[in-house]
Amino acid sequence: MRNAPFRLEARREPSRAMLYATPFLAFLLTLLAGIVLFWVLGKDPVRALGLIFVTPLTSLRGIAELLVKSTPLILIATGLAFGFRAGIWNIGAEGQFTLGAIAGGSVALYFHPGGGPLLLPAMMIAGVLGGIAWAAIPAFLRTHFNANEILTSLMLVYVALLLLGLMVQGPLRDPQSFNFPESKLFQPAAMLPELIPNTRAHIGFLVALAVVAVAHVLLSRHIFGFMTRVLGEAPRAAVFAGFSEKRLVWQTFAISGGLAGLAGLFEAAGPVGQLVQQLPSGYGFSAIIVAFLGRLQPLGILAAGLLLGLTYIGGETAQIAMSLPSATTSVFQGMLLFFLLASDVLVDYRPRFGRRIVAGGA
Amino acid sequence: MSTSAQLLVINGLSKSFPGVKAVDDVSLVIATGEIHALLGENGAGKSTLVKMVYGLIAPDAGTMTLDGVAFAPQRPVEARTRGVGMVFQHFSLFEALTVRDNIALGLPAADARGDLAGRIVAVSRTYGLEVDPGRLVGELSVGERQRIEIVRCLLQNPRLIIMDEPTSVLTPQEASDLFRTLRRLAGEGCAILYISHKLEEIRALCQRATVLRGGRIVGACDPRLETARQLAEMMIGTTFALPQRPERLEGVVRLQVKQLSLPAVGQFGVPLQAIDFTVSGGEIFGIAGVAGNGQTELMEALIGERVVAEPDVIQVDGIAAGRFGPDARRKIGMAFVPEDRLGHGAVPGLSLVENVLLSSRMTSRFGMIDWQRVRTRADAIVTTFDVRSAGTQHAARSLSGGNLQKYVVGRELLTEPGVLIVSQPTWGVDAGAAAAIQAALLELAKSGAGVVVISQDLDELFQISTRIAVMAHGRLQPARPIAELTVEAIGLAMGGHQAGPHARAEDAYA
Repeated sequence: MRNAPFRLEARREPSRAMLYATPFLAFLLTLLAGIVLFWVLGKDPVRALGLIFVTPLTSLRGIAELLVKSTPLILIATGLAFGFRAGIWNIGAEGQFTLGAIAGGSVALYFHPGGGPLLLPAMMIAGVLGGIAWAAIPAFLRTHFNANEILTSLMLVYVALLLLGLMVQGPLRDPQSFNFPESKLFQPAAMLPELIPNTRAHIGFLVALAVVAVAHVLLSRHIFGFMTRVLGEAPRAAVFAGFSEKRLVWQTFAISGGLAGLAGLFEAAGPVGQLVQQLPSGYGFSAIIVAFLGRLQPLGILAAGLLLGLTYIGGETAQIAMSLPSATTSVFQGMLLFFLLASDVLVDYRPRFGRRIVAGGA
Repeated sequence: MSTSAQLLVINGLSKSFPGVKAVDDVSLVIATGEIHALLGENGAGKSTLVKMVYGLIAPDAGTMTLDGVAFAPQRPVEARTRGVGMVFQHFSLFEALTVRDNIALGLPAADARGDLAGRIVAVSRTYGLEVDPGRLVGELSVGERQRIEIVRCLLQNPRLIIMDEPTSVLTPQEASDLFRTLRRLAGEGCAILYISHKLEEIRALCQRATVLRGGRIVGACDPRLETARQLAEMMIGTTFALPQRPERLEGVVRLQVKQLSLPAVGQFGVPLQAIDFTVSGGEIFGIAGVAGNGQTELMEALIGERVVAEPDVIQVDGIAAGRFGPDARRKIGMAFVPEDRLGHGAVPGLSLVENVLLSSRMTSRFGMIDWQRVRTRADAIVTTFDVRSAGTQHAARSLSGGNLQKYVVGRELLTEPGVLIVSQPTWGVDAGAAAAIQAALLELAKSGAGVVVISQDLDELFQISTRIAVMAHGRLQPARPIAELTVEAIGLAMGGHQAGPHARAEDAYA
């Protein structure tokens, strides 16, 4: 320690420049680590990275798929940002996503095969309410019993997955499915309109953009966004200001749960087109990475959601083209979060290289 | 006592932080066995200087020698090995651990072994620092906690002890006990570098004083030969007017507290027992007391962070406000300055502009923040109260303690409150800023507002209060006009004769 080649010195206040630079630094470090990883695996690193980060952007279909993957990530992460700013940790977006799909999907199946122009809005409302209902459980447990919301919200994910299994094997199963655990295919009135013709990209992406815009205004210009920051930074000051912690717990869980539920409904009424056991595929967890990579700011989350969406598509392409292990995508996402958290130390500390210049003439 | 031998020689020490030269080419000699005062306003560079001596901050330039040998501590543990100890303004003690365990945690592993409790008792006897190694820190008064820090320091046989505002939390009696200990240490050849804002005590205690302003040494003197006022003017580099207490105005009652009782919260909380007082417009009502006697709880009840079941226990201009939260109380004209400016009265990580919103809700009907108005208010606070900062966009935590305190007090004053509750208005604040804050409080009272000042600084209370009541063991003694009181009488009532905070309240007012 004594002769360490570099040391960290506390900054007087967090560096704004570093706050915005570290996500890029984390991305760069992820690329470097990726090169090493592929090299060790005996694969051509340049080709692999090209397949992951460039190839998907060169075709309309690739871009459409990117929007499909990014939509739920952006929706969920934007919702999570509210709570995360306030130090309220909803880790169970995956479960709220699932409940949103079940609730919204049930509305579609109830009216199957009919349904007019109001069906889709009704499904969206049901999806949001489903997500909120699931998020209300950890919110209630925290405000009434002081139960740790990280644990309760996470554990409810597995309950939600089992509940989906129960539904698609029971009441919502398609009688013609030859006992496969899946619902009927949604009727046309229950499907999201295409955004890019003849691709899977749907108008959910536009909704995500609108949500980002509203969230940006709420967080930067509305007293609600201010309350979340005060509670997150200095809980005692929040009490002094008269902000109710309980109310903020409810509100942030409702926002994050509702948006996760909406994302779940979009997934069912968009690319998947029915309720199946495999519908929740980890967006709720990846969105946590997106939220932090985007600095808990809606515009940052938009960019981070697109980047992470890219790792999904590109990861798949690379897996097929170069027979890479299927964990490639997860490894890249994990590395992104890991390097981001590590480089965040630069926000509050300044690295000093070399020995100190103290001894002088003595 | 030999004061000729040079113990610590500081030669051209400098340290810059972004945008400010905190310490600029400071050279200083501390002699063996002297009590040397370091004087200066907040932000003058005193803390930065002593932190460099203690190895907490690395200097940008300059050298030091200790006993003629080069001294460049990289970390506090190196400074301690060379015989330099420090007692901080804020104690780093664990309330749930015993005195012995707390001391053991701060010592090198080798020193913590063996009969530590025995050595603690021995040291504390020698220097008249009564501490019981077996007691829990949470049960001890602030003065007793400070003794633990000093004993911890002494166990390592220091040659130089740095003390950062040691008396700011002590009763007058505790302070004079401390001085006796310090004089005895100095008599044995230990040098003491003493930082304080209390000029009277520096005049009583120190043989030499070095005055810092803007990071540079601007003067040195024998404080025994100067008046407190001369010292203060050396510090701020200009003359200033001491605030004048107004004649008592027989104003209308603005705040009435009737039989306020609240149960204790947590292991070390203090229950409030039937607190009774009224504050009229035009008066400053002082509440004296040693920390941990219910002031924190009283403050919470007055702010509305804890509400009381009976609405008319707290009345503001006749409005029963007992069940109002902080927001509703601000709407009927109350304003509050809590003791802890960082993390309670202000959010450290948010900018000065954003911190305005904590107590002034400048929003449209739909909750949209009117940033233009907020910025204007922040600028007004900075100008009106002479807050020195790099700009209102900077984080609250980047300000020095005194400047942030001026900002927080100013923020509340500009809401033009009818009733202002202030806890420790000048705690850790330099003479110039303290005078400014006190003058502002007097000005507010003159305009007809009722002001409550909760403070442990008796000099301050005597300077500005109309009446003073002593708080001990969760009870408030009846208030008396200032003319009927002496510092000694109040000091005795405050101390409650060193009984624990849960002792019988009847003993308190001797």
